[in-house]
Amino acid sequence: MPDMAIIVPSVLNGLTTGALYALVALGLTLIYGVLHIINFAHGALLMLGLYAVYYLNVQFGIDPYVALLIVPPGMFALGYALQRGIIGRASHGRDENILLVTLGLAIVIENLSLFLFKSDTRIIDVPYSFEVVEILGAFLPLPKVVAFAGALITAALLWLIMSKTDLGRAIRALAKERKGAKLVGIDVEHVFAMSFGLGIACLGVAACLLLPSYYVNPQVGHGFVLIAFTIVVLGGMGSFVGALLGGLIIGVVEALGGLFFGESLGQLGIFLIFILVLVFRPTGLLGHKV
Amino acid sequence: MSNDTMLLVDGLRAGYGAVEVLRGVSFDLAKGEIVALLGSNGVGKTTISSVLSGLIPAWSGRIVFDGMEIQTRTPEAIVDLGLIQVPEGRHIFPNLTVRENLELGAYRRGKPNRARNLDRVMDTFPRLRERARQKAGTLSGGEQQMLAIGRGMMAEPRLLILDEPSIGLSPLLVEEMFSLIGTLNKDGLPILLVEQNVLQSLEIADRAFVMENGEIRLSGPTATLMDDPDLKRSYLGLA
Repeated sequence: MPDMAIIVPSVLNGLTTGALYALVALGLTLIYGVLHIINFAHGALLMLGLYAVYYLNVQFGIDPYVALLIVPPGMFALGYALQRGIIGRASHGRDENILLVTLGLAIVIENLSLFLFKSDTRIIDVPYSFEVVEILGAFLPLPKVVAFAGALITAALLWLIMSKTDLGRAIRALAKERKGAKLVGIDVEHVFAMSFGLGIACLGVAACLLLPSYYVNPQVGHGFVLIAFTIVVLGGMGSFVGALLGGLIIGVVEALGGLFFGESLGQLGIFLIFILVLVFRPTGLLGHKV
Repeated sequence: MSNDTMLLVDGLRAGYGAVEVLRGVSFDLAKGEIVALLGSNGVGKTTISSVLSGLIPAWSGRIVFDGMEIQTRTPEAIVDLGLIQVPEGRHIFPNLTVRENLELGAYRRGKPNRARNLDRVMDTFPRLRERARQKAGTLSGGEQQMLAIGRGMMAEPRLLILDEPSIGLSPLLVEEMFSLIGTLNKDGLPILLVEQNVLQSLEIADRAFVMENGEIRLSGPTATLMDDPDLKRSYLGLA
């Protein structure tokens, strides 16, 4: 049994990773909750965000944290345009169409990226890559601590938008009651696109926070999206708090799994939890019966 | 069409898919009036509401609201003009609080006066004030109907369409609902009352149009209609 000196850093590390997972899952759960779209293009879009951060850094010397001012708004615009121009149009109101459209988008984006960016795995070089911060006697990489804080702040911002603004109220209203929403003058297509844009903007934030301690290649999204789906199911489809909590739990489980079973089996715990949740509490920790 | 006309519907045809539901409906509503649109289930009353609000397209015909043709406008543009519908089945937002529901009533119209109107609506419906922080989905049917009307009032309507406001309410609440409609109209708010409840609608409305099979069958001032032998036989169950 490893002692606390190993477990504490491992848990903290897991929390920092988990917060980023949560950010990816928040976007996914927002899009699912409002548009009832299971966005298969989520991972591909995260990858695009990572490349944006990468090229901004390599070409223009823009720090990833400064890129927070550029990439999330850009991703928002991309998400808005995708929903309004492609997904919404091609769906004709049928869920199975949307599923195929987002899957198709993922394939197109990934292969274009392979063509444009090549399959090399790339990292950026920032001065603080290897700096560490001491927390509870554990030494954590600075980028991971920043990512943790950034993810929580973003989640809080998203919560504020959803609960305190007209846009947020309109998004939540539309999620449950389309006719009522139209009758108060909510422009359905616009609000759908805003929701999709917000969900994709979360990926932009995640990309900026992730790249200083991570890498990018055209397949990088797969791992994240698989875990994000697990988190969304674990937390309850469409539940915000659920996604946040689920992300942190999954992060810790992965870290501890890695500690006890070795790095390669670290993700075993995640999918074990996934199966257990599906068997015993299919609505997720904080989900409602549909 | 006179200057007093608030709403003019002229030769309106509409339907779903290939099925024609409205086969050339014409009626009008003057400023300050309550007009009842009556008829039993399935004659196309709710289809009219939907077309008026821009939810489904008109196939042909004209809808003139306060001098402007609106049959091709979007639902949000129609809300902007102040033609507000309280739909059949309420369609409130169950996952939002009562207060949020009301606030969303002013999503496009009446925003500058939102706080004042919110107060006013809660004065009209004290029940809604008590339950302001409760999720709207937990309200009783009657309370949900009040909320739906309150949400409509938040948009500062210039014409209010009430689609089946009495449906699913207990007889006592139905009574209350009709007296409320009278109160709303007292300050001059024109109301299009779409109802199955013929007798009580006739009592409160100035004029009425009775629909059958997607067409207007009878029309006139309510006092005259009440004595119409056809209407008596088919809707009031009187010989």
